[in-house]
Amino acid sequence: MKKTLKIIAPCGILGYGYPIESFMNGINEKPDAIIVDAGSTDAGPHKLGAGVSIVSRLAVKKDLLPMIVEGKKLGIPVIIGSAGGTGTKGQVLWTLEIINEILKEKNIQVKIAIIYSDFEKEYIKEKLLDKKIEPLTENIKQLTIKDIDDTTAIVAQMGHEPIVEALKENPDIILCGRAYDPAPFAGMCIYKGFDEGLAYHLGKILECGALCAEPGTTKDCILGTITEDSVIVKPLSSNRKCLETSVAAHTFYEKDHPFILKGPGTILNLENSRFDQTSENAVEIKNSKIAHTDKYYIKLEGAKKVGYKTFVVAGVRDPMMIERLTEIEKESEKQVREHYHEIPAEDYQINFINYGMDGVLGDCEFEKFKGHEVGVMFEVCANSQEVANTICASLRSTMLHFGYDGRKSTAGNLAFPQAPSDVEFGAVYEFSIYHLMEVENGLTPFKIEYLQGGKNE
Amino acid sequence: MSKLYEIAKILRSKNSGPFELTFDIIFATEEEYKRVKESGIINEDKIAEIYNISKSDIADIVFFNPANGIKITIYRRISSGTIGDRDVYGAQQHAPLMNLEI
Repeated sequence: MKKTLKIIAPCGILGYGYPIESFMNGINEKPDAIIVDAGSTDAGPHKLGAGVSIVSRLAVKKDLLPMIVEGKKLGIPVIIGSAGGTGTKGQVLWTLEIINEILKEKNIQVKIAIIYSDFEKEYIKEKLLDKKIEPLTENIKQLTIKDIDDTTAIVAQMGHEPIVEALKENPDIILCGRAYDPAPFAGMCIYKGFDEGLAYHLGKILECGALCAEPGTTKDCILGTITEDSVIVKPLSSNRKCLETSVAAHTFYEKDHPFILKGPGTILNLENSRFDQTSENAVEIKNSKIAHTDKYYIKLEGAKKVGYKTFVVAGVRDPMMIERLTEIEKESEKQVREHYHEIPAEDYQINFINYGMDGVLGDCEFEKFKGHEVGVMFEVCANSQEVANTICASLRSTMLHFGYDGRKSTAGNLAFPQAPSDVEFGAVYEFSIYHLMEVENGLTPFKIEYLQGGKNE
Repeated sequence: MSKLYEIAKILRSKNSGPFELTFDIIFATEEEYKRVKESGIINEDKIAEIYNISKSDIADIVFFNPANGIKITIYRRISSGTIGDRDVYGAQQHAPLMNLEI
């Protein structure tokens, strides 16, 4: 019989949820591992900068519970990639706390491997001075010592190597810090001796849950099977099908290139991958190739605080106001800046977004405005919350009472949907590090720790 | 003449990391894919024009025959989720492509 390995991916992001029926269909297939990706940079730099999770504690617990219980029953590893979304030490420990809560409630004892992906600033600085760090793309600035100092937390995406290493110790659960999304899946396959190219391609598909199926979603389970020369994906709900087209199209998703996928230490080439429908709902993939890069690079991610924001959302319905809206916005900003002349101009920035006009596309908008009302969002980003609040309040009252030519609605120009109208948003972050760092290999930069989970202290 | 969104099965935009935006145009049939590919309408000049960027801000335009798809990747002027960004996930930036006449 052919050697095979089966992996269930319950959902696209841990905490997004999945139907328990689909999950149990997967468990009945006697899988060899349950693996879920928890990470994403999609939601912007705030999570990494502020050290908060993408999903709630309750959502993560709900998703993890069946995974841990069923994984333990079958004696198969449960692997979590990019814990908490960003994979910082804080997020890893947050997830560990949830795991321990489940273990205690269910009276289960397990061996847990934790793979950290945090880096000390001093180590990153040494690498920078050693010229081992470069921007990922040309629109990213060269890294500076100051950027490193200003950054809240720095993580790097691990490849499969630390996961393979951890699997050698037979843990029940592997909790990873920031990981290249496909790496936990690839790690399991590579540990069991399967082809690396197929392993990473399978990981690339499974990390999004059932998104490769038709209809696609990140909130349902998918089963991946790797054999000696192919991978097979199929949904675990009868409501979905994996089709040649849906799986091939998924290869495009969220990547800068349709068939060249750069990962830690590897380049996956899917140019000659073949997608074949093997049953009504399953697709088999062959010929996915991987190459190792000469030097091993890992991707660093870091975010820094760039200011504090206060914003207002308001509606404008008066046609004469709408006609002059952008002019009134410019003039209001000018008046506010003149009034607060003692605050340096560069201490704050004002942005207007006019929904209904060009709110989404900005200067790329090609449609002429033809609406009868506009949603205005204006925000002030400043170097302190107090300045943001002060300038935003002044801008709001200036806009509200602005006396433009021909004005008839002399009682007020803006319809606020809430009171108070000004929303104190808090800190704003920016991705300050998104660079490649050359390392000796894919294993040693990542610290692995083993512990016994579920024991009553 | 048809508009691109009338022919494409999938026409979407999304971040490819916080510093890039990527557009996927995928067709149900090889015939439709070839019709658009061979029209030559998807090129650097056109993309630079409709997105109001210079050609050097285009990372890649790739025609991928096996998936009947076209991928365009451009550099973001403002990285995802920071001051001045209008679309954190980059999920609604595909509209300028929709009306291209094929």
